Amino acid sequence: MIHVENLSKSFGPLHVLKDISLRVAYGEVIVIIGPSGSGKSTLLRCINYLEAADSGEIIIDGQRLGENLRNITQIRSQIGMVFQRFNLFPHMTALENVIEGPVTVKKTPQHEAVSKGETLMEKVGLADKLSAYPSQLSGGQQQRVAIARALAMEPKIMLFDEPTSALDPELVGEVLSVMKNLARDGMTMIVVTHEMGFAREVADRVLFMDEGQIIEEGSPEDFFKNPQNERTRAFLSKIL
Amino acid sequence: METLSYILKNLPILLKGAVVTVELAALSITLGTFVGLGIALMKISKMRILKYLGQFYTWIFRGVPLLVQLIFIYLALPSVGIEFTAFQAAVIGMTLCGGAYIAEIIRAGILSIDKGQMEAALSLGMTYVQAMRRVIIPQTYRRLIPPMGNEFITLTKDTALVSAITVTELLRRAQLVVASDFRPFEMYFTAAVIYLILTTFFTVVFNKIENKLALYE
Repeated sequence: MIHVENLSKSFGPLHVLKDISLRVAYGEVIVIIGPSGSGKSTLLRCINYLEAADSGEIIIDGQRLGENLRNITQIRSQIGMVFQRFNLFPHMTALENVIEGPVTVKKTPQHEAVSKGETLMEKVGLADKLSAYPSQLSGGQQQRVAIARALAMEPKIMLFDEPTSALDPELVGEVLSVMKNLARDGMTMIVVTHEMGFAREVADRVLFMDEGQIIEEGSPEDFFKNPQNERTRAFLSKIL
Repeated sequence: METLSYILKNLPILLKGAVVTVELAALSITLGTFVGLGIALMKISKMRILKYLGQFYTWIFRGVPLLVQLIFIYLALPSVGIEFTAFQAAVIGMTLCGGAYIAEIIRAGILSIDKGQMEAALSLGMTYVQAMRRVIIPQTYRRLIPPMGNEFITLTKDTALVSAITVTELLRRAQLVVASDFRPFEMYFTAAVIYLILTTFFTVVFNKIENKLALYE
């Protein structure tokens, strides 16, 4: 459902993505790992066009990205994105955050969006925090609201950009368990993370990126037990 | 005693002028806010032509003294066939000039919002306009209140300049009374006190608004 073909991207002299190709099938959970600065986040940001690639193409569900502006907003509305630093809207309550997309973008009637929003908040275990403002929630709670906000658009794909990196260690579990449930429900997901336990347990495929390239990919078992590439081994030995 | 009764006798005249002063300030800050918002959005636009137009606007209206702008609008434009009443000329001049400063305030407010907010809004499928209207601009309100209050007070004080183009606001009224009675101390002192009362009032009001908007932070 996602085809990335020969994608390249530079920031000035910095070549962040070098000729990346990637295919993701329906319901697949891809985990991307790699050292910081390897281009993982940039790849995600290109997939929903927060960054424009210099060359190459991205086709999502048969639609080529970047042909015109209408097509961009329309494709983005089908891609949920969860950010490292949550990026909740601070002037809105948790529930208002969740219904903002459906009401503003899809023109869903308010009452319908609210009842759906409440169900989603329940799903992420925050049914009792509907009217809390983001500043009144812990990091883990905020990230779960952010996941609910992305899910409210009923996306076909969810992108996670280091969703637990900004959290205190004791709050990581609650976010990962929401993500595991999502994967179990068959959501197509691309997750950039340093949580190797999550990768092992949930991923269908693990990708290792370094210096703007996908160096190695494989099933979690092969990948962790039997890494082929020297750099993958060096990276894994440092973090495991 | 005599001084006090003299002031009291002329107070209604000054207060009439004060009403014009408040009208001018309120009109020009309201209109100036719209102008300022437009210019601010132009200046942060990715379209070069809009950006340059916005910068050109600020360059002119922030660079020329307000008094010169007022005199130009009221006394110079008629010679090319554009005529305004003194009050209209005053509102136009103060709006254009105030708008230039307000544009800078709003622009700074928008730029102070974390980039991730725009990204989160766009990633939901919002257009740039929707993201601005629903997510970015509402977050600037609270940050805008202190500098906007400041600007409001500046504009209130600057209304005194329009006495130069014969608008009978507070200072002009005081001048007229002084011209007939020649008691400058009493009249200008009273005018100063009225200005101070007005600016104090606005300070209190803006503090109230600021506290109200502090809710979610």
